[in-house]
Amino acid sequence: MPVINYIEFDGSKYSVEVAEGANLMQGALDNMIEGIIAECGGCCVCCTCHCMIDPQWKDAAGSITSGEDELLEMLSERQDNSRLSCQVTVTASMEGMVVRLPESQY
Amino acid sequence: MSTDNRAVVIGASHAAVQLMISLRQHGWEGSITVVSDEDHQPYQRPPLSKAYLAGTVNTEQMALRAPAAYEKLGVRFMLSTRVTGLDAESKTLHLDNGETLSFDKLALCTGARARPLPIPGTDLSAVHYLRTLDDVKAIQASASAAKTAVIIGGGYIGLETAASLSKLGVKVTVLETESRLLKRVASPQVSEFYLRLHTEEGIDIRLNTQAAELTGDGTVAQVICADGSAIDADMAIIGIGVIANTELAAEAGLAIDNGILVDEFAQTSHPDIVAAGDCTNHPNPLLKRNLRLESVPNASEQAKAAAASICGIEKAYAELPWFWSDQFDVKLQIVGMNQGYTDVVVRGDNKKGRSFSVFYLNDSTILAADCINRPKDFMLAKKLILQGVKSDPETLTNESIELMTLIQ
Repeated sequence: MPVINYIEFDGSKYSVEVAEGANLMQGALDNMIEGIIAECGGCCVCCTCHCMIDPQWKDAAGSITSGEDELLEMLSERQDNSRLSCQVTVTASMEGMVVRLPESQY
Repeated sequence: MSTDNRAVVIGASHAAVQLMISLRQHGWEGSITVVSDEDHQPYQRPPLSKAYLAGTVNTEQMALRAPAAYEKLGVRFMLSTRVTGLDAESKTLHLDNGETLSFDKLALCTGARARPLPIPGTDLSAVHYLRTLDDVKAIQASASAAKTAVIIGGGYIGLETAASLSKLGVKVTVLETESRLLKRVASPQVSEFYLRLHTEEGIDIRLNTQAAELTGDGTVAQVICADGSAIDADMAIIGIGVIANTELAAEAGLAIDNGILVDEFAQTSHPDIVAAGDCTNHPNPLLKRNLRLESVPNASEQAKAAAASICGIEKAYAELPWFWSDQFDVKLQIVGMNQGYTDVVVRGDNKKGRSFSVFYLNDSTILAADCINRPKDFMLAKKLILQGVKSDPETLTNESIELMTLIQ
């Protein structure tokens, strides 16, 4: 299983294994990483699983849908590398991926 | 906090999962036991009628947390176990296996159950309600052999189920007793849209139509309507609302009024018993009235308040309600409560295409919004409602005025 490195806003780092096929949100929830709130549970409706993916893994994270893009657009914290973690499916090519979590979810 | 304390949660639900996590976050060192009459660890309920029924999500992906997460939290599950009695005075639960379970703190996350339809024939096979994972597995089994399905009830569950079954290749008819779909919860403009959507997708929607009887030889074959018409049905699904599971609380003498009565801290009328989720009737400090809601955000957010109460911390549950529904390629996001609206304003075109928003106003204050394939409007509407922004139909219908500019 790929190891994903989640870094909370305060710098706390969690390196956890996440199964291929699961999404980044579930990986955080299963490991009690509090910086992912996920009010809707992964249905791309609430915008509370926002994360920033370090640039070298941008392509590995796949493309962004218009619904996800519109939700992200509403976040003042949005960065170029912002994603909703529920929409990013974990693959083998994500080994070592660094995922940063925003202040509003801290 | 002592390690001897025993917390028991009834119901392996969205509320239960948030509650156990929040308990540990607040430093609860005692035991946590979850008792559930279902045979599954907590799973996501919203996809049941949507992606799970349609087959795009599997059972494993429905789990709210991986089993290892519960081990880390030190939570014990007693599954397939029904609580048959609650003695609030001795703080004891009676279980259907004959055992008793004592608690120091109890959380009632008993949820709601499907409202039964009191007509003949609902005991035939291939007649289903939709509330649990096992319900949906049974529906899928029926659907694999069905050409036709009748859905009784044109609310969100009925319409989502219609969309999912039609994706599976079943010809679906929906019966609604009212003159429009979603009458209890949405404006005529939204009802009209959903009628058009389903009709465009090949669903046969029959308004003002009441099911009178289900007939068949062992398995349902037809639905007979009150007007005498008969509709072929290899399967039938009943979705006419839910009833809050308040019986245990009522027997224990807790205050009940359209749900288990709790305060904004999720505290029931008993000092050592909290409640969260669909089963509660709770005050909403933002709306200044009581609500009984059926939604995941409600369950999770109220569970946070409940866990805090158990740990002796006052953390009020004060959130603006929101909901969503997926049908075909349409994602509806609802924010706020529209009861008491005086004006309905449509932003965009509800008669053509599949993207518009409806704002519900009371004397120019925005109460709620139904956003159809407009996630951006949804996010902005949430802010407008929370800020108590006043607006008018001319502004809201004018799409050259960005909603963002109305935020104070």
